Amino acid sequence: MREKKLYLVITFHTTAAAIAMERLCRAQGLPGRLIPVPRELTADCGMAWRAGVEDRAALEAVVAREQLEAAGFHELMI
Amino acid sequence: MIYLDNAATTLKKPPQVIDAVVRAMGSFGNSARGTHEEALAASRVIYDTRCKLAALFGCKRPDHVAFACNSTEALNIAISGCIRPGEHVISTDLEHNSVLRPLYRLEAEQSVSLSFVPADRKGNIDYADFERLLRPETRAVVCTHASNLTGNVLDIARIGAFAHAHGLTFIVDASQSAGVLPIDMEKMHIDVLCFTGHKSLMGPQGTGGLCVREGVDIRPWKVGGTGVQTYSKSQPEQLPTRLEAGTLNGHGIAGLNAALDFLNETGIDVIHAHETALLRRFAAGVKDIPGVTLYGDFDRERTAVAALNIGDMDSGEVADILTEDYGIATRPGAHCAPRLHRALGTEEQGAVRFSFGWYNTEEEADEAARAIREIAT
Repeated sequence: MREKKLYLVITFHTTAAAIAMERLCRAQGLPGRLIPVPRELTADCGMAWRAGVEDRAALEAVVAREQLEAAGFHELMI
Repeated sequence: MIYLDNAATTLKKPPQVIDAVVRAMGSFGNSARGTHEEALAASRVIYDTRCKLAALFGCKRPDHVAFACNSTEALNIAISGCIRPGEHVISTDLEHNSVLRPLYRLEAEQSVSLSFVPADRKGNIDYADFERLLRPETRAVVCTHASNLTGNVLDIARIGAFAHAHGLTFIVDASQSAGVLPIDMEKMHIDVLCFTGHKSLMGPQGTGGLCVREGVDIRPWKVGGTGVQTYSKSQPEQLPTRLEAGTLNGHGIAGLNAALDFLNETGIDVIHAHETALLRRFAAGVKDIPGVTLYGDFDRERTAVAALNIGDMDSGEVADILTEDYGIATRPGAHCAPRLHRALGTEEQGAVRFSFGWYNTEEEADEAARAIREIAT
């Protein structure tokens, strides 16, 4: 089984917002990747941005600066 | 074959559009239905296409570009989603049935009242009529940017300023203008811009959509699977998901994306200049032929459309002769524009429509004019 680690997980209301996040992070050299939303956060399907917890400040800044509609920032063992 | 039915659909597409569709069909998963590379490949191209459309139309937010099958679907979503029972709507005689029938249905089923700015014999309107038709319960203005029958262009910025001044929702049908005329939703005060991908945008059929100004609420016309908020009984609130139930046409949208690249590289002003030069060349060649009636106003800005009749010949017969004897593809009949045909006095006869596109040539315009001269004499 895959070993669980503490990650930052950013959720979104729409796929468009999640893809916008990926696009911005790729363009600005910020870390992370899209993953299915973990069940701890919601029973919905959908995608989320996963990165290291140490990247939180940088990612919060890009979300605010680019007015991305993030549903939430979470730190959890996944 | 000389294809002069570009106002119905552009037959020839840039080769990269076809390549993009073929590539997408071999590589795309279902957008918004997972995070494996194949699903993401579709999601990325779809989002990139939203960005390009938002830039082209002056829509502030890419996530406020929602895809639909075509203008008709977009207009149904916009009209049925913005207008409520008992409200009043102003439209024009230039409209296509894609605007008229959704409005007539609201009139019949929801007690919505309608007023139409009349067109004169040249297919022009008097802009002061919008003010004259205004009522306390007026909610929206719905109108086309350019007539699919005459090619006359409406001053959308002027109508938008009227709508904005009176707090009306302004819904624009850009079926005939997207890709050839400049559109800026902000400057023109457009609240909802409905477009199709397969005409002057030169993308595949089955693509189109609506650009929505921030803050404009549209009740979804269809609801269903979205890939998000699965356990909610109602459609998600956020755009574009709110208006996009069901799997998107990712393959087609990939083609539209490539078409937008082509438009940006070529320049829509260059495309418009080429097409209207061909139109004017054709019009100059037919306007003085005895018995030929050319409709519309050729003294103003227009799209590359010319509708005409020869004497009292059935427009279908003329189009058939053009096809059979000259290999020229045109569109006869009523063009889904019943009010404008009444205004032009062509309800019985219809008209033969010639519409020019980027891939047409001067020789083709001349050949079409020569054919009309021969048929008329």
